[in-house]
Amino acid sequence: MRDALLAQAEAVLEEWIRARGETPGADAVEGFRLLALHRQGARGVPSFNACRETCREIAYHYNLLGMKADGKTELMMGMLVEHLKLFVRGKMEVEGLGEFCCSSRPLRKEEVHG
Amino acid sequence: MTKYRKVAYYPGCALEGTAHAYDRSTKAVGSALGLELEEVKDWNCCGAMEVKNVDRKVQTYLSSRVLSIAANRMDHKVVMAPCNGCYHNLKHAEHDLAHDAASREAVARISSKAGEQAYQAGQVETIHALDWIKHGIGEEELTRRVKNSLEGLKVANYYGCMYTRPRNIFPEKDAGPGSESLTQPHFMDDLLAAAGAENVDFPLKTACCGGAHTLSDSDTSTRLVLNILQAAEAAGADVIATECPTCHSGLEMHQVRAEKVLGKKTKVKMLYFTQLLGIALGLSPRKVGVHENISDGLQALKEKAIV
Repeated sequence: MRDALLAQAEAVLEEWIRARGETPGADAVEGFRLLALHRQGARGVPSFNACRETCREIAYHYNLLGMKADGKTELMMGMLVEHLKLFVRGKMEVEGLGEFCCSSRPLRKEEVHG
Repeated sequence: MTKYRKVAYYPGCALEGTAHAYDRSTKAVGSALGLELEEVKDWNCCGAMEVKNVDRKVQTYLSSRVLSIAANRMDHKVVMAPCNGCYHNLKHAEHDLAHDAASREAVARISSKAGEQAYQAGQVETIHALDWIKHGIGEEELTRRVKNSLEGLKVANYYGCMYTRPRNIFPEKDAGPGSESLTQPHFMDDLLAAAGAENVDFPLKTACCGGAHTLSDSDTSTRLVLNILQAAEAAGADVIATECPTCHSGLEMHQVRAEKVLGKKTKVKMLYFTQLLGIALGLSPRKVGVHENISDGLQALKEKAIV
């Protein structure tokens, strides 16, 4: 499960990087590609650092789960990944990038109210 | 630290409006602890998000004007700002004036036009309300003064994303023993633990609450807040302690909205850390403005027989 959650988090950052016209890198920072992707995604966008600690917490929870499988830690890692998704979704909307631009707003509203 | 015993107080706009309870509880706690506040005379908005997005140099000037009044008109060495946005902007102005000649030139020009003395970097030290109590009183003394322990209350400490970001404007953080951490802030945890509370492990303590786009994209803000509230509950928290008026209002309002729009109800309550400290010091809930909150923190305190 921890691998799937980490992969989801990486996919979110990859989407952000691609939406900005770049190619997501394959490097790792402190053993995590996720942290390298965050660093790449924050280049030129200081406010993107608002999700830096969320990414670090995801990496930390990944390590915790590697030492001991635990339902609560897994739940928290899931919530951290969810937070990253929501944060990037908001950023893409604000920056007018990708599928979360204003043109998709009616669809998203439908999702919220439906 | 004796230099924090009497400081210039910069409440900022939020503490005069939606966060009046934060202003009220900050003053009440200061008074109970013997820490003196002198409000900055004729203060102005720090520039917040709006001015910053239009002209960064004007924002620097607005923040520097507050610092200049404290230093040059009131002869203070320390300015305390409880609002994360104000704290962030004052620190940013300090940094820009110390490192950027164009910012110094802009502030000198606007100050001259306004007939005021321009602020010079280093004239005052800007601190947060957390620094003020942590270094002005300290945990040991705080524990000694507790009359009404918060024992049994499980707290998730939520610092928001502005308190430690960007790292370069906070040179005093991550500066050895006793300093605040940029990655794992703990001053609020330390103070509330000293007041008897049980801090839960809360991994979203510096996560974004969506405050910046709460009006332009409310749905995303609601979902971000809901995730924070649900994570706090999953961590076992009875209350979320806050130290930022924007975060606090966002958590309260979007808790209501999450239930209304998404049908997701959460029970965790929000209280400013100063409200919790005030109650621990024996002040009444009314004295620290608990009745002004949207979230019914009083209920959580009654359930734990704290009030």
